[in-house]
Amino acid sequence: MRFLDLLRFAAGALRGHRLRTALSVTGVAVGIAAVVTLTALGEGARQYVIDQFAALGSSLLIVFPGRVETTGGPPFGGVTHDLTIDDYRMLARLSRVRRSAPMAVATERVRYGDRGRDVPVLGTTADFALVRRLEMGSGTFLPAGDPDQGGNEIVLGLTVANELFRGENPLGRIVRVGPWRFRVVGVLAPRGQSLTFNLDEVVFVPVSTAMRVFNRSTLFRILVDVRMRDELALAKRDVEALMRERHRADDVTVITQDALLAAFSSILNALTLALVGIASVSLAVAGVGIMNVMLVSVTERRAEIGLLKALGALDRQVLAAFLAEAVLLAVMGGLAGLAIGAGAVRVFVGIYPSFPASPPAWAVAASLALSLAVGVGFGVWPARRATRLDPVAALARR
Amino acid sequence: MIRLEGVWRTYRVGDGEVHALRDVTLEIAAGEHVALIGPSGSGKSTMLHIVGCLDRPTRGKYLFEGREVGALSEEERSLLRRNRIGFVFQFFHLLPRLSALGNVELPMLFAGTPADERRARATQALEAVGLAQRATHRPDQLSGGERQRVAIARAVVMNPAVLLADEPTGNLDRHSALEVMDLLESMSRRGLTLVVVTHDPAIAERARRVVRMADGEIVTTVNS
Repeated sequence: MRFLDLLRFAAGALRGHRLRTALSVTGVAVGIAAVVTLTALGEGARQYVIDQFAALGSSLLIVFPGRVETTGGPPFGGVTHDLTIDDYRMLARLSRVRRSAPMAVATERVRYGDRGRDVPVLGTTADFALVRRLEMGSGTFLPAGDPDQGGNEIVLGLTVANELFRGENPLGRIVRVGPWRFRVVGVLAPRGQSLTFNLDEVVFVPVSTAMRVFNRSTLFRILVDVRMRDELALAKRDVEALMRERHRADDVTVITQDALLAAFSSILNALTLALVGIASVSLAVAGVGIMNVMLVSVTERRAEIGLLKALGALDRQVLAAFLAEAVLLAVMGGLAGLAIGAGAVRVFVGIYPSFPASPPAWAVAASLALSLAVGVGFGVWPARRATRLDPVAALARR
Repeated sequence: MIRLEGVWRTYRVGDGEVHALRDVTLEIAAGEHVALIGPSGSGKSTMLHIVGCLDRPTRGKYLFEGREVGALSEEERSLLRRNRIGFVFQFFHLLPRLSALGNVELPMLFAGTPADERRARATQALEAVGLAQRATHRPDQLSGGERQRVAIARAVVMNPAVLLADEPTGNLDRHSALEVMDLLESMSRRGLTLVVVTHDPAIAERARRVVRMADGEIVTTVNS
């Protein structure tokens, strides 16, 4: 039997039961549409995060106190030294480092007049704006100068400024952070979530002031912007060597942005796969639907099967004919599902234009392969039942 | 051509056994026209199924063109049915979704005949049964007699050696029945071996030989 004839024969049989065919196709279409949409959203989320990191600059090292490894053994071995402003100052002088910024963090109530808001207060230096590529909405960032000389300048994130000042111009005003008074020198342009903080929701003060007023002895992080992207690994080694020398122990952790990115990426990949797994359940359900329809079809068409056998159709031809029907159902469902999924993603992107969602090529290929597999997998058993029919018994009924 | 030697066909029903055929011996020569007659349950349909290679004897030998069918594989028997045997059924067994032409093309579809040859041969077969102008009609647009003629066209389109008809007129009015019988006999006159199962004596009488069956056995054989 020729392949095209086989397909035409199967398609003819499906046309005989339009409603049933349409419903089975819909079942598969829903499953495939779910797979396509969810992978597109998962991939979109991953791309979104990668874009966020790219906005940070890709030549960033992050130094924080403590080792991520397990420590143990004899006592006194696991002492962690503070990460100090002096450490920062030495790091900033390394030849492979373009610039560097310390970070001290505390959460404190910021007040202006009778309005107050609990926000993260970041203590840092002027270079932070350059390292993190911050843009100012108005005013200036923290003044450059000796990091040990703490002034009383404060820079507000956009939301903080809007909430506290409600349309008033904050520049030059005095706000209170806890009991301390700061003078507003600048307001950030909108930025949003970036790494750990929503930069619209924080305020910045000079690092030494922050350490003094919050009574901190250690920095939270030191951000290091490396001169050459290619020298990231070398710079990381320089930083580690310097810190080992200064602390006489391996008690800081230096991570590259790539490592962070890889970690996020693998988490989001797992998330995407989980979504696909959930969507696949609906595909399995659709497959059972196909199996059911094909079983009904085999039972209903006993006389036809008997006739085909009487006319000399071989068992494998009968098998192929019924299998082709199941596969056609599944593949039509797969194509419809792709179209629906692509449409859904398009609508989603229409609503959230900043979210870079699009079905990845592998998901498109995989969902077509999957629908084919569903057709074959769930079509084999009914088709085998068709071939096992005894032609005499099958023809005996009208 | 067709030779049954001591053929038994036994079905298990519950604990007991039912003998649809008991020790049947029959020989049919090429080009013969034979009628199998008898009441329902007499075993005539079972015999036709065995002759048509749709069923196998439980005991005994069945030789088709000298080959023992019981020893053939499923696939070889399928090929015999495809190439050497044509069936005509009481209920026509036309596929309702296909046109008359499509139904006649069906055996060639599974034989892998190219589409244009299929069309030409099916058209020719429909002409031979006088239905060329009905080629595009579907079965539900045809009368009973026309449907059976389409079925006959389908049965002979592969140029078989034997035509087996199971109550071919059982579902037809008198006039259509005569038309169908005339058609079958004209095929037989051209050399086709024709075996007709019927319980209608008037139909049976037209055959050269009438084999009367009862309770799975051949009771009488009458040559005319």
